[in-house]
Amino acid sequence: MSSILFATITAGTPLIIVALGQLIAEKSGVLNLGAEGMMAMGAVTAFAVTLHSGSPWLGVLAGMGAGALMSLLFGFVVLTLMGNQVATGLALSIFGIGLSAFIGKPYESDILPTVEAIRIPVLADIPIIGPAFFHQQALVYFSWALFFILVWFLYRSRSGLVLRAIGESPSSAHSIGFSVIKIRYGATLFGGAMAGIGGAFLSVFYTPLWVEGMVSGRGWIAIALVVFATWRPFRVLVGAYLFGGVMVAQLFLQGSGIQIEVPSQFLSALPYIATIVVLVIISRDRNTVRLNAPASLGKPYRPEE
Amino acid sequence: MFKNIVRLEARAESSHLMSYASPLIAIVLMMVGGLILFSILGKNPIEGFRIFFINPISDIYGLGELLLKATPLMIIATGLAIGFRANVWNIGAEGQFIMGGVAASAVALYFYESDGIHILICMVIAGGIGGMLWAAIPAFLKTRFNTNEILVSLMLVYVAQLAVSWLVHGPMIDPEGFNFPQSRMFEESALLPILIDGTRLNAAFMFALSVLLVGYVFMYRSFLGFQMQVAGNASDAARYAGFSAKRMVWIGLLSGGSMAGLAGMTEVSGPMGQLTEHVSNNYGFAAIIVAFVARLNPIGIFFASLLMALLYLGGEQGQQYMNLPSSISNVFQGMLLIFLLGSDVFINYRLKWGKP
Repeated sequence: MSSILFATITAGTPLIIVALGQLIAEKSGVLNLGAEGMMAMGAVTAFAVTLHSGSPWLGVLAGMGAGALMSLLFGFVVLTLMGNQVATGLALSIFGIGLSAFIGKPYESDILPTVEAIRIPVLADIPIIGPAFFHQQALVYFSWALFFILVWFLYRSRSGLVLRAIGESPSSAHSIGFSVIKIRYGATLFGGAMAGIGGAFLSVFYTPLWVEGMVSGRGWIAIALVVFATWRPFRVLVGAYLFGGVMVAQLFLQGSGIQIEVPSQFLSALPYIATIVVLVIISRDRNTVRLNAPASLGKPYRPEE
Repeated sequence: MFKNIVRLEARAESSHLMSYASPLIAIVLMMVGGLILFSILGKNPIEGFRIFFINPISDIYGLGELLLKATPLMIIATGLAIGFRANVWNIGAEGQFIMGGVAASAVALYFYESDGIHILICMVIAGGIGGMLWAAIPAFLKTRFNTNEILVSLMLVYVAQLAVSWLVHGPMIDPEGFNFPQSRMFEESALLPILIDGTRLNAAFMFALSVLLVGYVFMYRSFLGFQMQVAGNASDAARYAGFSAKRMVWIGLLSGGSMAGLAGMTEVSGPMGQLTEHVSNNYGFAAIIVAFVARLNPIGIFFASLLMALLYLGGEQGQQYMNLPSSISNVFQGMLLIFLLGSDVFINYRLKWGKP
């Protein structure tokens, strides 16, 4: 039981980090469908740097940088050049998946040493939940810290208010003196950096190896998660663990030795099918998504001179 | 800070010239990017350029391969363009391609060791329906539950990949294939006839040309095509005119799905000759780039498909002669689309130098 809980949290962590980053970008009105590509670039960069430097932290930092660079490219096209956000995000995904496979080719046979989990004294001794929650990788704690910081930022800080205002109505925010484009750049870069960390978590802590296509849709699932969470951080957290649970359930079923009549591919398809199901549930009522989505999401903005 | 040096100024009306020049700019930028990439990798950029863009098409076999690779791209991109014009974002052509290939393969295996033209006809129908059904899922969910078609069609790509993996490991595995995850090789009667001797180019190319023609007539000469264009450009106007948005979603997704499925059929009954896990060579995603570079126009799709096919062939050559990973094709494809979307800014804006 404890090990299932442990694995669920581990599997949910990259989704939390990536989805929270996306949430911030989307709150400012920027829809970056390139998360899959940014994660892939983060994963391969982090893997290579960790392998060469021996330091997983340098790896995570490099992965974060790679994700941020990718999002900078995206930001330049959609914010400065006012390109179509959907198409550019898609292009970023295709580009990132291709480039990561290209860069990662020489590393496909390498494996990184496992990084020791961090044990929080006392709390880790609580039966069942102790080992699952408090004897985890550092990035798991990071994902929780990120959650609390972002909740505070979005709903308690002035900057968060400005960010949300820009997502709702860029022209009014502009008219009272905020630089819409600069703040959107910031939010986009943050989203990219988080996607890079999410990718780094996969290749340095989770597997820990690099295989082409290893992100396997997690970037897209994270984007779906933000919709599912109706742009609320707490629901992102819950949703990510739900998906983590689905991913883990199939692994446990496959590894349990229980004779099941279901082919393994069907179990592997569960997270994707679950994504579709939750999207249906949340979109069923036309108003749920419309009222909660930032009003300017995906729309280019050019300040009047 | 750069505002005093260079800035963008809105054009009074969008430039027709730029909307055609922008893809060419993007192609040039992509090639420059390629040269830089080769230099970074320590390869001779001129040599790389020759191997990538000239070598593959220097003989008749190479040209045949170019048209062969361009065939599925033309078919899929035309289907997708119909939807994209109405802002229906079918991103899952890759999955629909796979399911079309699966359905066509099922027919081929069902008629194994028999003969007759009906086999190919049934395969074509099955391929189209297979892809169409897979695209009907996002269409139904979009029209019934308002679910985002981008995410749903994309998730179904992963499901389709797992489905084909299961099929070739289980129900459709070659019984004499030493447990390799692939189907039997199809009989002659389930293979498309070759068009030019000495190449692998098959009859599907003629089909692709007719798809382009029909697509052109639909987009520019039919009322429905006009409605979809209006819905894409001005959704409010379309609503006032009483055009049904749901109908656009259905037509957009089903045209993309059926075409992707047909392309899947041409792949299994053409160059592959069997069903494997790797039935698609990323054609479903590459076709999205083709559709954009082509400005959603069938004539453009013809040329953009040739270019994209050249990138595939160049990637194969680069793998063979320069020891580069095959994913270099995807790098080029992604670069092309990003450059295109970036240079599109000049359709509506111009650069203005000096102080405002």
